[in-house]
Amino acid sequence: MAASTNTEVPQSNKPTEELASAVIRFAGDSGDGMQLAGTQFTDTSAIFGNDVATLPDFPAEIRAPAGTVAGVSGFQINFAASDIHTPGDEVNALIAMNPAAFKAHIDDVQQGGIIVVNEDEFTKINLRKAGYPEGYNPLDDEKYDNKYRITKVPITRLNEETLADTGMSAKDIGRCKNMFALGLIYWLYQRPIDTTVSYLEDYFGKKKKLPAVAEANVKTLKAGYFFGETTEMFPVRFHVARAPVAPGKYRKIGGNEATAMGLATAAQLASKTLVYCSYPITPASDVLHSLAAMRNFGVKTFQAEDEIAAMCAAIGVSFAGQLGVTGTSGPGLALKSEALNLALMMELPVVIINVQRGGPSTGLPTKTEQSDLLQALYGRNGDSPAVVIAAQSPGDCFNTAIEASRLAIKYMTPVIMLTDGYIGNGAEPWRIPNVEDLEPIEISHPVFDEKVEWHPYQRDENLSRPWAIPGTKGLQHRIGGLEKAHITGNVSYDFENHQFMTDLRRMKVEKVADSIPDLEVHGEASGDLLLVGWGGTYGSILTATDRAQAAGKKVSCIHLRHLNPMPKNLKSILGNFKQILVPELNTGQLRMILRGKFLVDARGLNKIAGKPFLVEEIEDAIKIVLNGELGDREYLTPRLHKVDINDQDIDLAKFGINAVRL
Amino acid sequence: MPEKELNVLKPKDFASDQDVRWCPGCGDYAILNQVRRICAKIGQTRENSVFISGIGCSSRFPYYMETYGMHSIHGRAPAFASGVKLANPGLDVWQVTGDGDGLSIGGNHLLHVLRRNFNIKIMLFNNRIYGLTKGQYSPTSEEGKKTKSSPMGAIDMPLSPLSVALAAEASFVARAVDVDKDLGEVLERAAKHEGSAFVEIYQDCNVFNHHAFKYATDKDSKEDHILRLEHGKPMIFGKDRDKGIWLDGNRKPRVVELGKGIQADDLLFHDEHDESLSFLLSRMTYPEFPEPMGVFYQIEDECYENLLQKQVDDAIEAKGKPDLQALFNSGDIFEVK
Ligand SMILES: Cc1ncc(C[n+]2csc(CCOP(=O)(O)OP(=O)(O)O)c2C)c(N)n1
Ligand code: SF4
Ligand SMILES: [Mg+2]
Repeated sequence: MAASTNTEVPQSNKPTEELASAVIRFAGDSGDGMQLAGTQFTDTSAIFGNDVATLPDFPAEIRAPAGTVAGVSGFQINFAASDIHTPGDEVNALIAMNPAAFKAHIDDVQQGGIIVVNEDEFTKINLRKAGYPEGYNPLDDEKYDNKYRITKVPITRLNEETLADTGMSAKDIGRCKNMFALGLIYWLYQRPIDTTVSYLEDYFGKKKKLPAVAEANVKTLKAGYFFGETTEMFPVRFHVARAPVAPGKYRKIGGNEATAMGLATAAQLASKTLVYCSYPITPASDVLHSLAAMRNFGVKTFQAEDEIAAMCAAIGVSFAGQLGVTGTSGPGLALKSEALNLALMMELPVVIINVQRGGPSTGLPTKTEQSDLLQALYGRNGDSPAVVIAAQSPGDCFNTAIEASRLAIKYMTPVIMLTDGYIGNGAEPWRIPNVEDLEPIEISHPVFDEKVEWHPYQRDENLSRPWAIPGTKGLQHRIGGLEKAHITGNVSYDFENHQFMTDLRRMKVEKVADSIPDLEVHGEASGDLLLVGWGGTYGSILTATDRAQAAGKKVSCIHLRHLNPMPKNLKSILGNFKQILVPELNTGQLRMILRGKFLVDARGLNKIAGKPFLVEEIEDAIKIVLNGELGDREYLTPRLHKVDINDQDIDLAKFGINAVRL
Repeated sequence: MPEKELNVLKPKDFASDQDVRWCPGCGDYAILNQVRRICAKIGQTRENSVFISGIGCSSRFPYYMETYGMHSIHGRAPAFASGVKLANPGLDVWQVTGDGDGLSIGGNHLLHVLRRNFNIKIMLFNNRIYGLTKGQYSPTSEEGKKTKSSPMGAIDMPLSPLSVALAAEASFVARAVDVDKDLGEVLERAAKHEGSAFVEIYQDCNVFNHHAFKYATDKDSKEDHILRLEHGKPMIFGKDRDKGIWLDGNRKPRVVELGKGIQADDLLFHDEHDESLSFLLSRMTYPEFPEPMGVFYQIEDECYENLLQKQVDDAIEAKGKPDLQALFNSGDIFEVK
């Protein structure tokens, strides 16, 4: 397999520029097939041997008017000859299929960056739809010409000419132009085209039974490729060598897909049937889609009538002795909270996945955020300790889903697993594990023994209660949300018992810390500054820390996978650094917890802009903190991709709000 | 305790060790006794039975059954019960709900459990009041009902649980009265039905809505106010069985007296498999009509949990035994040496 896909590109007489890494972004109307172009480029690069990280960016509205900025869909890929952890800060090359895409993304392109535009679409009407002033065309604007290397390619027309004799309708021909653009970019970055050729043949030819469409797409893909070679438009080509990654078998994996596979794997490791109960919601639906396609792995999926029902059904599944899991995004987690509390009270294992998105309320469904941490930890009535863990990258969702299931079963407790839109939709190369290397999940369901006294709320050494399942003779028992008497599990209104049971539930969850590994500090064990992160910000924090260390600064970082309980050595690590900075895509939720729990003067870098951190933003913040410029300020916020200590206060007047009475 | 060798259980074997705590005179007691009796009669086992309820007086039910049980949260019992069935289609699952639990907060879930046709027996204890929260009006309280939360009379239009169940594609729909002799038979038929069985039970809340169903329980007059449905039989009722239901030219039901020119053969005949007839029956209310009791509707249909299991089995048959390594290896693989 590797041999055929690593075909070297044909000989070319154009000079090649060698790059350590490149960030390219495909952007076009949501109907332009940019996600497909992007995922194909990612697959090809991963198979080629680069390390890759991606950032798909969907329009918020499914049917935003064509040609408008609201309807622009983008896909960013960072591919490198070394280990990378983020989709990249600045875009090195932008492929803009229409004026709206140009307008929406041009500011993210580095100075001197490459821009390939489909000039055919820069018509009067489309410029107007993109919201440009009458009579203005950015392609004629010198300011862009001076700043970027813009190449205008008549992609629409070239694609039409390529496919003129196929007999396809004009509309169908138009839909192939993303492949022309992709072919051209393959040429520009010296990527082999055969992965995409076989994808097109499989998908359109075999799966959709449209061989003519497959053929047309392949034809225009090749035409785009050869256009790059023959035309004089591009003076150089680029090359990004393979990354020296650990030996082994790899594939590309997306976060939501990894979550799904992790859950299916956990069920097998536990010899259980996975029943995944969910209600569709962006960006979590893909977990449901992936699992729905895994019936042949014994996986059952249940599309419930709402998130509440999905949560309840998952609990019913666990009560009956299988692995019950539900998945959702922020607003759905809010709906699940009452039932989640019941699982906590009944002490049943259940896994709740929250692929976080921008909030509050409906918020920004297609954008990423980490603002459900407090909801996961505390968003329920009563004293309600749940185990909360978070995945840090797309591939890591696999391990995290297994760990969530393992902890839920071992401690008979609900476990909330947090991911987010960024890692859920993102992808990276994934070293394929060996099934035999994965540790089985031990379960022992009690059976009736006349000589042994048995009670549903007796405890084992983990403070965990027995998982007795219906169908087991002699162990009939009733559970519910009313307070339970210790041991017997009967309803109890006794106040001392309630104090005891509340303490017990808390201690049980604290005991989970026995099963979680110590945190490892990335960098020196002590120093001037410790960055503390959790979840999907892992890549950017790590990269920023590496860069600071390379510049000789005494900066280290830790990344929390376990948010409740936290690793036992966290406290001592925090004590070894002069300053603590917590970068989060929220207004400071982990920061608040660290301050409250450990009485440390943690400061924040807080971004709530629907996008992941740029490495540069974290670097800026590190500089400000190390320079002692922070003063009493508790947190910093990036504004327009920069963190500037002098640009922190919101100037309401700038937004036309002049008089505010406080 | 495990079952005896002979495995013949008595109703009392289905009684748990918990004291029953409903108010004296509450209709729930009668229902509990009937359910225990039917479980024993049809040979259901304790370990294979699961009773799931929501919240309300009625929802205390599972505590009193020596089976597996879950006293869940308000309104959501259908979803928990569905989950149990998804995990283990072989269990005998019963759901207990109230008029508030099942039709107000849990109305949505009720629709969906019925249309999916999970093999679950649903008993809705309709006392036309919120009992546990001490007497507010419910979705089945009559218009104008004065309660603590409706001192000037409820202005909500009540709904008919059976019409809702029928509209939600239930495959078995029936009604009975807590203290009536026919309750046992209705429950037995529900228990034997393969699919979701919905049984509305008129239940007297002795404390907050006493005598709400007096017309249907009063020894002397009840036979004039209820219509006992029998499949394939003409709809005759009355203490002296001298009245019947007749369809007029506009297909409207009418109460007629037998004899005076109308014979039993002219009356409406009950057909449990006739959807529109069952709906028509669900709209007949006291005092204009005698209220029908018994099985309104029953059809055979595939159960959700079996269909899902079949998809799993078919997929495994088509694609071979689950092989995780093959799953990991799906997609484009590349090897780094
Ligand atoms: C989420 C939630 N909301 C409200 C309540 C309060 N509550 C408990 S039972 C009930 C109504 C019960 O009425 P019904 O279902 O008719 O049962 P009954 O007590 O009459 O048997 C209400 C409102 C609750 N327990 N949970
Ligand atoms: S309040 Fe009414 S429904 Fe509740 S137990 Fe008492 S009599 Fe029964
Ligand atoms: Mg009630």
